[in-house]
Amino acid sequence: MVELLSSRLRTLRSLAWPLVAIGLLLAFNAIFTPGFFALEVRDGRIYGVLIDILNHGSRTALVALGMTIVIATGGVDLSVGAVAAIAGAVTASLTVSMHAPWPVAIAAALASGLVCGLWNGIFVAVFRLQPIVATLVLMVAGRGVAQLITDGSIITFQSAQITSIGNGSLLGLPVPVSLLAIIAVCLGLSLRRTSLGLFIESVGDNDAAARLAGISDRAVKMLVYMVCGLLASMAGVIECSYIKAADANNAGNLLELDAILAVVIGGTALKGGRFALAGTIVGALMMQTLTKTLYMQNISADIAPAFKAAAVILVCLLQSPVFQRRLQSLRGGRAAP
Amino acid sequence: MRPRTSPAESTEVSPRPALDQSATTPQPLLSATNLSVRFGPVQALSGVSFELRAGEVQALLGENGAGKSTLIKCLTGLVPPTGGEIRVSGSRITPNSPHEAEALGIATVYQEVGLIPHLSIAENVCLGREPVRRSWPRFIDWGAVRARARAVLTRLGLPDLDVDRALSACSVAVQQMVAIARALDVNARVLILDEPTSSLDREECNRLLNILRQLRDQGLGIVFISHFLDQVEAIADRVTILRDGQLVGTFDAPTLPRARLISLMVGREFDATPCSKLDESRDASLHSTPVLSAKGLGRAGGLESVDLEISSGESVGLAGLLGSGRTETARLLFGADTPTRGEICVKGQPARFSSPRDAIARGIAFTPENRKTEGLNLSLSVLENIVLTLQAKRGLFSRLSRVEQNRVAAEFVSSLGIKTPDVHTPISRLSGGNQQKALLARWLATNPDVLILDEPTRGIDIAAKADVLREIERMRARGMSVVFISSELEEVVRVCTRVVVMRDRRSVAELRGNQVTEDAVLRAVAEHHG
Repeated sequence: MVELLSSRLRTLRSLAWPLVAIGLLLAFNAIFTPGFFALEVRDGRIYGVLIDILNHGSRTALVALGMTIVIATGGVDLSVGAVAAIAGAVTASLTVSMHAPWPVAIAAALASGLVCGLWNGIFVAVFRLQPIVATLVLMVAGRGVAQLITDGSIITFQSAQITSIGNGSLLGLPVPVSLLAIIAVCLGLSLRRTSLGLFIESVGDNDAAARLAGISDRAVKMLVYMVCGLLASMAGVIECSYIKAADANNAGNLLELDAILAVVIGGTALKGGRFALAGTIVGALMMQTLTKTLYMQNISADIAPAFKAAAVILVCLLQSPVFQRRLQSLRGGRAAP
Repeated sequence: MRPRTSPAESTEVSPRPALDQSATTPQPLLSATNLSVRFGPVQALSGVSFELRAGEVQALLGENGAGKSTLIKCLTGLVPPTGGEIRVSGSRITPNSPHEAEALGIATVYQEVGLIPHLSIAENVCLGREPVRRSWPRFIDWGAVRARARAVLTRLGLPDLDVDRALSACSVAVQQMVAIARALDVNARVLILDEPTSSLDREECNRLLNILRQLRDQGLGIVFISHFLDQVEAIADRVTILRDGQLVGTFDAPTLPRARLISLMVGREFDATPCSKLDESRDASLHSTPVLSAKGLGRAGGLESVDLEISSGESVGLAGLLGSGRTETARLLFGADTPTRGEICVKGQPARFSSPRDAIARGIAFTPENRKTEGLNLSLSVLENIVLTLQAKRGLFSRLSRVEQNRVAAEFVSSLGIKTPDVHTPISRLSGGNQQKALLARWLATNPDVLILDEPTRGIDIAAKADVLREIERMRARGMSVVFISSELEEVVRVCTRVVVMRDRRSVAELRGNQVTEDAVLRAVAEHHG
C-alpha cells in the first residue's frame, strides 16, 4: 500500500484540479440542490444522490482504468463501447436462447472481451497498425457483431443473479461500486507491486528504447489491450444487467469518449508514458458529478454536453503547464503595479 | 584529450590576416550584453556578454550545463532572456521565435537535426518558405524549390546530391549538410552551429570545416559549438568560454594553449594523463574460448560480413568511417536486428537472438549511439532508467523492492559520479554526460559479460568523457569484455587492446597490441580504400 500511496502522491498535483472541480460541484449542490447529501440506509444498503453518482460513474471508471494503461503505452482503444455491447449481447442471448446458467453467461461475456482485446493487441503489437486505426475497426465492426448475436433485436431477460449485478448491493454499496473498488485496488497492486507499471511507462515513453532495454514491448501492448477489453466487457455486463436487456445499438454508446476524457482529466498524457489510475477514477467521478448536477438542475439532456465540454476544457487548461505559466505571469503582472 | 597538433592542422590555425585592423572595434554583427536567463530557481545564464564580428568563426565552449544552449536559445528566440539585450548590427532585437530570428538573419543548426525525415531534401531546405508560382494559381513552384535547394547545396560543395531523395534515406552527415543548407537559404548573416560535427567522420568533418571557412570568408559570422577541441583549434578565430552560466572570457584562439583552454572550461586544473594502457602481453587471453564471437555475420541490406572475437577482460574497438557498418554490427550482436548470414557464438555455444531480450539473457549489454531516441526513457526518473533492464531481466513478478531499487540507483549514482539532485529526478533534466552515465549504469547493474558501447562519449563534456572511459577501463579490468565504437580515434586507441577495422560494411583488418595506434588505424582504413 505504501507503493500505491507514493505513486498517488506523485500524481497528486495533477489530481488537484479535478478534485477542486468536484469540490466546487459539491459546494454548488450543497447550496442549490436540497437533499443532495442525504444518505439513507435501507436493508443494509446505502441510498442517496452521492451513491447514485458513484454507481453510474463506476461503469465509465471501470472502462477508463483499462483505457489508462492502453493510453500509457502510447495507444488508444476506441472499441470499448462496441466491446461492452458485445459482452451484453453475449450475456443476454446465452441466458435467454440457450438457457445457460448465469456463471457461464458471464464467463462467456468476459471471454468475449478478452478475445476482442487480443484482436486489438495483435493488430497494434504484431502488425504495428496505428492504435487509432486498429481499434476503430472493432469499434465499427463490434456493433455489427453485437447485432448478429442479438439478431437485431433488444433481448430482455429474467435472471435474478445477473440482474443483481447491476441492481444489487455488496458491502453496503451498489455492486458496481464495490466491484470498481475491488478492481481498482487489484489493478493498482498488479501494476505497482510487479514491474508491469514500470514496463508500461517505459514502452509508452519510448518503445524503441524499451525494446533495447530488454522489455518485450509486444507482450506489454498485447496485455494492456486484453485488460482493456476485459474491463470493457465487465462494463457491458453491468450495463445489461442494470437495464435487464441487451441493446446492441445503444449499450456502451460513446463509452470510449467518456473513458478517454476521464483519463485525460485524470492527468495521464495521451502521448503515453506516465499514468495515474487514481486520477482516472477522479476524472470519471468528476464527469458523473457534473452530469448529475446538471440533471438535478433540470438542464435538458440535449444541452448538457455543452456544459460538460466547458468543464473538461477548463480542467484540461488548468492542468496545462503553458496555461499555468501564463496565469502566473498574469498574476505577477497585476501584482507589480 | 592530450594536446596534439598534426602538421595539417597547425597550418590551418596559423594567424590569418588580422580581422580588426581598426583597433576602434568595428560594430559587431551580433552582440549580447548582460544576458540573463532564469528557469524557476535555476539561474541558467547570468550576465553573459558576447560579441560576434562579421567574417569570424567564434567557438562557444563550456562543459555541459555551462549555459551554451541557453545562450543560443536566447539568440534564436526560443527562450526569452530575463535580463540584458541583444543587438544585430547595432539595433536592438527581441526575437520571439526562431522564425523571427531567421528573419533577422540569425540561422541555427541544432545538435539534434531539426528536419523532417519523410520529406525530400529540397522540401526540407525550403520548408516554411517555399517559393510560389508567379502567376495564378499561386501554388508552390516545385521547380524553384529544387533549384534553390540545388543552388545552396552547390555552395556547400554537394552539387550532385539528389534533392528529391527522402531525407531519412540519407546518412547523418548528409542530413547535417542539409540542415546547414536550410540555414543558409535564409540569407543568414549569423550562422549558429550546435555540435555540427558530432556525427560526422573525419573526412566529412574536414569538408564541413572547409565549408565553414568559405562561409566565413564570405562575411558570415559563425558561432561554432563543439566538444572536439581539435576542430575548435582548426577553425575558430576567437573562443568564448562559459562556465556555470557565467562568462569566463573571450580569447583569441591562436594564443590560447589547449591546456589553459581546458582548465578554463572545467574551472580546475585538468588531469590530462591518459588512462593506463595495458601491456601488449594481454594477447594471451586469445587462447581461451572467446566470450562472444561472430563469423561471417551479416544482414541483407545492412551488413556484408563481419568476423569478430572477444575474450573476457578484453576491449575490442570497431573502427571505420561513418557508415562502415559499426553500428549495424553492434545491433546484430545484441539481437536488435536479426542476422541473415553467419553465426554468433556465446562462450562457444551458437546463439540465435530474435530480440534484445535473448541477448540480454546471455549476458550481453548494449548502449545505442543515440541515447535520447533509443537509449533512455526521457520521461522516467533516473532511478527507473537505471533499474529498468535489471527489472526486465528479473521478469515481471520478481520486482525489486523500493529499498533495493534505491540502493542500486544510489550505488551507481555515486560510483559513476552522476550529478543529479536525487534519483527521482526526471532523467531529461540531466546533462548529456550524466544521462550517458545513467545509461551505462543501467547495463552495469545487470552485470553483463559483454558490454557493447556505440559512441558512448558522443556529445558529452570532457570531464564526463573521462569518467566514462575510466569506468570502461575499470569494468574491463574486472573481467568484463567491451566492444567499443567511437568516431574519435584517439579514444578507440586509448581504450582498446585490439581494433577491428571496418570498411564498406565488412571487417577488413585487425590490429592488436602495439599495432594499435591512431596512425595505424587510419592507415588500415585508408589502405583498404584503394
